[in-house]
Amino acid sequence: MRGYRTILVERVDLGQGTTGRFHGLLHSGGRYVISDERSATECAEESAIVKRIAAEAVEDTGGLFVTTPADDPGYADRFLAACLKTGVPVQEIPAAEALRREPRLNPGISRAFEVQDGAVDAWKLLWGNARSAQEHGAAILSYHWVTEVIREGDRVAGVIARDNRAGEMVRIEAAFVINAGGVWAGEIADMADCPGVTVVPGKGIMIAMNHRLVRTVVNRCEHPGDGDILVPIRTVCVIGTTDVKADSPDDYSIGRDEVQQMLDAGEVIVPGFRQARALHAWTGARPLFKDERAGEGGEDTRHMSRGLALVDHLRRDGVSGFLTITGGKLTTYRLMAETVVDAMVEQMGDSRPCTTATEALPGSEDGRHYWLGSRLAAQEEAMADDQLVCECELMPRRKLVEAARRRPGMTLDDVRRALRLGMGPCQGGFCTYRATGILHGLGDAETERADELLLTFLQHRWLGLEPILYGDQMRQACLDDWIFQGTLDVEHLPVTVPT
Amino acid sequence: MTHPLHELMRDSLDHCVKCTICETYCPVAAATPLFPGPKYVGPQAERYRGGDANADASLDYCSSCGICTQVCPQGVKIAEINSQAKAELAQRRGVSLRDRLIARPTLAGWMGAPVWPVANWTTSFGPFRLLLEKVLRIHRKAPMPRWAGRTFQSRTRSRRKAPDPAAPQRKVVFFHGCAANFYEPGTASMAVQVLEHNGLEVIIPKQGCCGLPLQSNGQYDAARAYVRRLAAQLAPYARAGHDIVATSTSCGLMLKREAHEILGVDDDDLRVVSERMFDICEYLVMLDERGELKRDMQPVDMEVPYHAPCQQRGHGVGTPAMELMAMVPGLRASQVDAVCCGVAGTYGLKAEKYDIAMEVGRSLFDQVRASGAALSVCDSETCRWQIAAATDRPSVHPVEMLHRAYGLG
Ligand SMILES: Cc1cc2nc3c(=O)[nH]c(=O)nc-3n(C[C@H](O)[C@H](O)[C@H](O)COP(=O)(O)OP(=O)(O)OC[C@H]3O[C@@H](n4cnc5c(N)ncnc54)[C@H](O)[C@@H]3O)c2cc1C
Ligand code: SF4
Ligand code: SF4
Ligand code: SF4
Repeated sequence: MRGYRTILVERVDLGQGTTGRFHGLLHSGGRYVISDERSATECAEESAIVKRIAAEAVEDTGGLFVTTPADDPGYADRFLAACLKTGVPVQEIPAAEALRREPRLNPGISRAFEVQDGAVDAWKLLWGNARSAQEHGAAILSYHWVTEVIREGDRVAGVIARDNRAGEMVRIEAAFVINAGGVWAGEIADMADCPGVTVVPGKGIMIAMNHRLVRTVVNRCEHPGDGDILVPIRTVCVIGTTDVKADSPDDYSIGRDEVQQMLDAGEVIVPGFRQARALHAWTGARPLFKDERAGEGGEDTRHMSRGLALVDHLRRDGVSGFLTITGGKLTTYRLMAETVVDAMVEQMGDSRPCTTATEALPGSEDGRHYWLGSRLAAQEEAMADDQLVCECELMPRRKLVEAARRRPGMTLDDVRRALRLGMGPCQGGFCTYRATGILHGLGDAETERADELLLTFLQHRWLGLEPILYGDQMRQACLDDWIFQGTLDVEHLPVTVPT
Repeated sequence: MTHPLHELMRDSLDHCVKCTICETYCPVAAATPLFPGPKYVGPQAERYRGGDANADASLDYCSSCGICTQVCPQGVKIAEINSQAKAELAQRRGVSLRDRLIARPTLAGWMGAPVWPVANWTTSFGPFRLLLEKVLRIHRKAPMPRWAGRTFQSRTRSRRKAPDPAAPQRKVVFFHGCAANFYEPGTASMAVQVLEHNGLEVIIPKQGCCGLPLQSNGQYDAARAYVRRLAAQLAPYARAGHDIVATSTSCGLMLKREAHEILGVDDDDLRVVSERMFDICEYLVMLDERGELKRDMQPVDMEVPYHAPCQQRGHGVGTPAMELMAMVPGLRASQVDAVCCGVAGTYGLKAEKYDIAMEVGRSLFDQVRASGAALSVCDSETCRWQIAAATDRPSVHPVEMLHRAYGLG
């Protein structure tokens, strides 16, 4: 938007990093009013902006902070005072009113506060930003893995990336390189010979439940802890999360104990939570920039700042043309971009003001927020002459065909991130083979690749299913298994899946 | 609008494994592409509901026949989920005058009864029916019952006895429903005679409408008021230990479980009444199991096709009508292979749904016609009217066959 020619380089698909593995909450700031005042204020300001510029990606659910019987009753008053201090809009409502709005909430809640939380669809937000960037002339290179940062003396002059689809190396020369590698930012800084940028992966697990048990975001009114937020987003609601230091940002394992911990936590907010159907579990790693508060070992990631971190390599390492931006939250993504680009503009001696806070993203111009029934309404119109590929997520054939035309060579996970294929109750049980068949029929995937697409997708779905196999989802998994192993005998397809 | 029980019904959507069995049984989905089917409108679409707007008007094509819930192997309360969603849809859109009228059989009943010859002439008078279709959107060909003049209630005033806790076993309460009261007092009388023939004294208390038509037209609050009032009328008898027997299989089902499960009515009157509530065929078979049913049946030499209406299936008691007819010498009853006649209470009367209802019932009508039988048998009144109109031959309640066999009329 400021008139530079830009290229975004992403090693995999957009949204395959932390952004596609987060909790879905557009923070009002309430969570941080006591533990991290700066983040609280940033969230309050930024969430209001994001609701405006990315309306299509946001559902304005509103949020509640409730004092459950398990919480320190003294926290509520401190919370209220801190909200006023940090500028986080808040209003206390009678507990009975909160229960009227959310009949499933723990009836033992003693206090309730209304805040302006929202739910944000990371993929919609990403695609909105990507389309906006493209309209302003940017190029986006996904599946391009940066392996080297080009140094010319004291200056960074570009990057070398491996095109993972074509299997060739690409050299990109640039006047300036911004490292927004999130939890991987340290690795990229290392490539530029700017060592010591430490980004601690703060790993968290989340579980999506089959349908919305609440309509508003529900937070426990207590010091930030594990599993204390329930976010209704799209057709599901998501309980989360934990926060432990991981050894590697690419560690996606899920422990049984973590699953149990989340289910217990859900029980505190919504009694009977364990009886509800769990759909899928996943983890993500927060980019926590190491600062003095966390101490040397960085063990206690929960108390590390959620604030954004700009690393000025000119001042720090004497290297120009290179900046790192990391830390932060999804809610403050725009502020992070503004901050780092401001710093770049300054280093380049330009003066071009930022306009991202006022320019709506493509698709959000009318300012209308996402609403739960929208896909149902769209399908109501299209029903007569279109087939549903993914029934649970109401993904019509037409959308898949359009997407395949626009972006040939997609994997089914790419389709999932763009269109939500396989994200509903059956977790791909019925739509995986349909989608594969359609892509094959379009000539987008010849036989061997089609087999591979199918198997890879099933394998990836399984990763998030395996940890939560009990109750209703277990029955579903059995039926899916009969379909794929029993009827389609996928185990004997003549391909091996790359892991 | 929502009630705790509805949340339970709604939660059953979690059990859906998308097997599509319900879709293959839904008679409406098979008859029209306008209806996306039970899996779609039930467990699938419900995940998209709960916001402030309704997105799927096609839901309204569900006839609430309840077959989907019966066939779902995972225990998803599909029809119940649909009913609740339909009620919300109706509330948002506003209920039409037509749906208010046809949902209150007592209203039409009382309006027509005193002037029954005129009323009957108008409802069979073509131009009037055209007007009715234009103004109220009630299909001009939809079957309409004929007023019978004096109501069954007024004919049986002498039977308005008080409960008798001293001899509860020997006295049963008869719950006739609105249709019998205004249009088919003959069927009701036959039921009374059959019960009496079996040595039971029959009490017919004052009784109102159960509210089922209101419920199926999405008017839940009014339906609750109706069913509560009726339950209060019948509860003293149930408490005294009298069994309650119904010829209207759908209204009996309303008191047995739908008022509780769909409307969420949770009061003591309803509870005692539902525990004592029996469909008449179910009750007679029970008598037989106790060795108390009279077997002095005369041969009735005929062939009859029998249709177990969906509301009867909702009782979950098998097909007692078939068992009873099998006891009658010479009577060769065969069950029609069809799940629904299409009318589903008031559904098939509506101008926009009449054709669908006829399509739903087509296979049933074909089988009845092909049998060559002089009449067909079915437990539910609206179904009988639909089947009779579509097959040009009478359709009668199973109790009428017993009445003949006992030589009572
Ligand atoms: C469990 C959990 C829950 C969270 N919940 C919330 C929440 O509810 N609300 C909220 O606001 N925030 C939340 N966050 C924080 C938020 O998700 C992150 O702060 C944010 O998504 C980070 O975005 P990013 O763009 O900095 O990083 P990423 O999204 O990780 O982007 C970095 C990208 O860089 C790419 N990359 C890395 N190395 C290379 C390379 N060598 N070459 C090319 N590309 C490379 C990666 O593939 C990745 O896509 C949560 C985080 C976690 C872990
Ligand atoms: S029969 Fe039951 S489990 Fe199967 S699709 Fe229908 S609702 Fe789902
Ligand atoms: S209630 Fe009847 S019409 Fe409605 S979805 Fe179920 S089977 Fe179909
Ligand atoms: S009308 Fe009869 S067969 Fe048809 S829907 Fe009803 S009860 Fe079922």
